[in-house]
Amino acid sequence: MNDDVQRLPISVTVNGDERVLEVAVHHTLLDVLRDDLALTGSKECCLVGECGACTVILDGRTVDACLVLAVEADGTSLTTIEGLASEGRLSPLQAAFLDHGGVQCGFCIPGQVVSAHALLQDNPHPTRADVDEGIAGNLCRCGCYEQIAEAILRTAEASGR
Amino acid sequence: MNDRVGGSPRRVGGYGRVTGEQEYVADIAAPDALHVKLVTLDCARARIVSIDTTDAERIPGVKFVMTPAHLPTPIPRFGPQFEDRPILAVGETRYHGEPVAAVAAETKDAAESAARLVKVEYEALPAVVTLAAALVDGAPLVQGPEVRPGDPLATTNVLREHRVGWGEPEALEADKADLVIENVYDFPMVTQFAIEPHAFMAAPDGDGIVVWSTIQHPNWLQRVLSRILGLPLSKVRVLSPDPGGAFGGKQHAKYEPLVAMMALRAGRPVRLVLTLEETFQAVRRAAATIRVRTGFHSDGTFVFQDIAADYLIGAYADIADRVVGKGSYPGCGPYRVPAARILARSVLSHTTPSTAFRGFGAPQVNWAVESNIDAGAVALGIDPLELRLRNLARRGDPFIPFDTPADGDWEQAARRAAELIGWGTPLMPGRGRGIAFGIKSGPTTGLSYSTVRLLADGSVVVYAGTSDMGQGARTVLAQIAADELGAPLEWVTVVMGDTAVVPYDQQTSASRSTVLMGNSVLHACREIQARLQSMAARLYGVEESTIVVERGIVRVADLEVPIPDVLVRGLGRLGGELIGIGEMRKEADPEHPLGGSAAFFEFNCTAIEAEVDRETGDIAVIRHVTVSDVGKALNPLQVRMQDDGAAIMGLGHTLMEHYIYDDAGRIRNLGAIDYRIPTSMDLPLELVSDMIENEDGPGPYGSKGMSEGALIPVAAAVAAAVRDATGVVIRDLPLTPERVWAALRDRP
Repeated sequence: MNDDVQRLPISVTVNGDERVLEVAVHHTLLDVLRDDLALTGSKECCLVGECGACTVILDGRTVDACLVLAVEADGTSLTTIEGLASEGRLSPLQAAFLDHGGVQCGFCIPGQVVSAHALLQDNPHPTRADVDEGIAGNLCRCGCYEQIAEAILRTAEASGR
Repeated sequence: MNDRVGGSPRRVGGYGRVTGEQEYVADIAAPDALHVKLVTLDCARARIVSIDTTDAERIPGVKFVMTPAHLPTPIPRFGPQFEDRPILAVGETRYHGEPVAAVAAETKDAAESAARLVKVEYEALPAVVTLAAALVDGAPLVQGPEVRPGDPLATTNVLREHRVGWGEPEALEADKADLVIENVYDFPMVTQFAIEPHAFMAAPDGDGIVVWSTIQHPNWLQRVLSRILGLPLSKVRVLSPDPGGAFGGKQHAKYEPLVAMMALRAGRPVRLVLTLEETFQAVRRAAATIRVRTGFHSDGTFVFQDIAADYLIGAYADIADRVVGKGSYPGCGPYRVPAARILARSVLSHTTPSTAFRGFGAPQVNWAVESNIDAGAVALGIDPLELRLRNLARRGDPFIPFDTPADGDWEQAARRAAELIGWGTPLMPGRGRGIAFGIKSGPTTGLSYSTVRLLADGSVVVYAGTSDMGQGARTVLAQIAADELGAPLEWVTVVMGDTAVVPYDQQTSASRSTVLMGNSVLHACREIQARLQSMAARLYGVEESTIVVERGIVRVADLEVPIPDVLVRGLGRLGGELIGIGEMRKEADPEHPLGGSAAFFEFNCTAIEAEVDRETGDIAVIRHVTVSDVGKALNPLQVRMQDDGAAIMGLGHTLMEHYIYDDAGRIRNLGAIDYRIPTSMDLPLELVSDMIENEDGPGPYGSKGMSEGALIPVAAAVAAAVRDATGVVIRDLPLTPERVWAALRDRP
């Protein structure tokens, strides 16, 4: 369909696997993750970079996948929510989200977990203020922020100083 | 035993939620599905002259454009209270975003391009978007008399009037009171803003249809579709994966009838995933203007409450009129009020149809009445907590004369909140404290079936039609089954969200599921326990009456036998399973103004300490205390999560959220950039949640419904804290910095 749509090849490393594909030039990274790569863990909500439900880590930086064109991701390395658990084992952070009640409806959680993962990589021992700032771009309408912060702080504590 | 009732195990279904594996409707793979895009106009109200789909249908990949011309005449209409909403707008649009046509195409891109090319010739008409405009003489009628036959109010925009009251009419006269306080309060339009936008999919299924939806009430949707499509219920299968937040906004059918019709026309699956902007245009909470006259004795006790609340609902009723009736009904609050008069009106307008939203009409009236009580306390020089306690209904008081009597020791929650906020202790300069009580009627009717299967190895499958939209019903129901049948929690599976498999449940709303579905599951487990009792009697050769089965254990004389031991031996060589059926009813009462008494009340006390920046008008919530009377917390962590969430959502409409409409009836702050909800940076410095547990509720183990109560009194408590800090009283929400700053500037 839409044969007049221009497509370009890109090569991108997603959760450690190199993926080569052709993408429509106007499609966002989120479109490609969800529709072309069937990685639906990154969620679609506001599409203007405000809600954080599509947060992924691109070359070490968190970005809203809805604000990145897929062609801009050419040659980069991505981590999505699907890349955090290994062989069915939750990462300590994911486990902490469950242990401390950081999850209700769950729709924002992939974005929250990815943001928190990046935060802890940059700053292994954040203060509560650091945590609040670190997830400020991730809306949770269930209002689970206290528990999410608790999960992140406990994960940092458990990883030792 | 963290798995059991009263423990806080990991959420059942949590694994998928932290790994991204959880499949929400929009995540379901359907490679052969057509994509649907709605066609809408750039104004609220317009007369549709013609719809030309020629150019749109030339776009490669477009299968068809659905217009009313392709739908039966008269166009099918639906709605939970009044069948007033057409599948597509016919003749006239009534709110900004109402679809006039819909494109089905092979790709999202093609559908979006084509939707822009559908040429709709229309004449924009004046829209009513405020209460004043809707109620003025000669206002354009949102719904013409032809759609409201036999309705005496049909020549006005008032859809219904709800009146409730008690005491003698003269008791409301001003000279009966030592002090009368009368004020008008405004509550804004706000939106649910579930992070998951509504999504729908439909596919022909043999001689029937299957519809996927983010719906809270799959069985209700099934009935709507069955009627519109002329199919028996058995041929309409509704699949409703756990919604990604709902808050009331996903209770009732929205675009499912359209999507179902399109799937039948296409002969293949079609899917429609709304944008967040379209979601804003689809659901919201009713705004309200509330006039309150409160009569006080000089000792602070109430003489009367006289409440007139106009709720601005939208263009179609959805469930909004029920919201108005039920939300205003306990409007006098949890108090002994000798005389009361409540008039609540649902007023139609050319705006997004308002619908259920956490609190169901109670937050609006509570904001006004609790604020007016605060004003009375100030005028009388009585401590606002003390004044409330003097009036608070005690257990058993028929505080709403023809309803369920007060069903808790509510003073305990109030005193706990006061203690946690440090009520009466010295404050830092620039700070103030406020306190407010909230009450909400639980469900007035209900019917929840469930099936529980105890499998041959002692594992359990529970079938329950509740929707787990984040409140954690799946976990609580699993805990009940695990506890009663002696299975580890990870051996319990809860099946929800499939009308072809799961027995009927009326709905997931009004904080009912722990009480109604919880009891249903408990009854199903008890049925299995009775079978185990017979089995054990046979195995041990004793009288059945000497055997007790409870909380996972079979007691035979002095022996305590685990349930699986009895089960395996009792089932014998063929194996098999034990099946229990649960049924829990809350019967209607046709004499009751609401059609039934409250199954329980949700009581909450919220206390706030706040600091106001006099230069900017910014309110900093220093400490937010919320205490709910929950009967028994089956899962204390989940109770806290729900109360925290309700508190934060309450801060949203208190401090920042509101729709802004323009004269053409368009929402100007459509979407996440211009409509702000609380983020992690907007939290109280300290959020303290606590609960009262007296095991005095009608649910399993003495539980009550909860999760809405903690939202209800937030606005009044914050405004009272602002008043305490600054002396300034604001009667319009939200308490934006601009509004607070202006009030500080203008104070006498």
